[in-house]
Amino acid sequence: MATVELRFSALPEHVRTARLVAAAVARRAGVDEAVLDEVRLAVGEACTRAVGLHQSHGVQAPVRVVLVEEEKQFSIEVGDEAPHGKGTGGAVGQPSLALADEAEPEGEDAMGLAVISGLVDDMEVTADETGGLIKMSWPTAPATLLP
Amino acid sequence: MDLSLSTETVGDRTIVRVGGEIDVYTAPKLREQLVELVNDGSFHLVVDMEGVDFLDSTGLGVLVGGLKRVRAHEGSLRLVCNQERILKIFRITGLTKVFPIHTSVEEAVSATD
Repeated sequence: MATVELRFSALPEHVRTARLVAAAVARRAGVDEAVLDEVRLAVGEACTRAVGLHQSHGVQAPVRVVLVEEEKQFSIEVGDEAPHGKGTGGAVGQPSLALADEAEPEGEDAMGLAVISGLVDDMEVTADETGGLIKMSWPTAPATLLP
Repeated sequence: MDLSLSTETVGDRTIVRVGGEIDVYTAPKLREQLVELVNDGSFHLVVDMEGVDFLDSTGLGVLVGGLKRVRAHEGSLRLVCNQERILKIFRITGLTKVFPIHTSVEEAVSATD
């Protein structure tokens, strides 16, 4: 099991770096080329959400991204340290796209989660008063099967 | 890769050519551009996304915001996009039903419905 961990200050300009690193590690781990765009987008969405949460709660701690290469899958965990109260980010509900306007951060947050849940089959969102975690995983290319 | 923006007027349409990556860092620039155009009286916008390499939900939010603004003036916001990876994001969020998406700038400029 190989792990790459990335921590970055909660600033929008670093989200791109997280995307690039995640895509590079995913490629190395054997994630299918066709799926790399999804990995890039999903990790970007998760990091964007974490940056927004840190900024809106005045959290100084960095956003944490853990990339884990396992035998048959590649997983990404994006962790934030923003306090999540009841009803905020505890679960992926049915976010309303009508909310999604740039003037409404909560709408954007909902749309980010909507994009992740639309992209990633295997995902889990957990949160408590000390922070939240989005876990996503993708299968890695199986060894070529003999006939 | 940063975001590049340029505009061109064709009849009553204003074409906004976008290039690069639209994400949480660059989306505010696109938002400013759209707000400025609407404030200057351009209510029929065609956003050409052919040069866009990456688009996330922040970018979608800006486009939805732009659509709201032009609609307040009975205007329109049309997209030009042929890239599957970008179109996919519009599909999974259901926004293909919200934005008219065209295959060429010419088609978007001449569209009336």
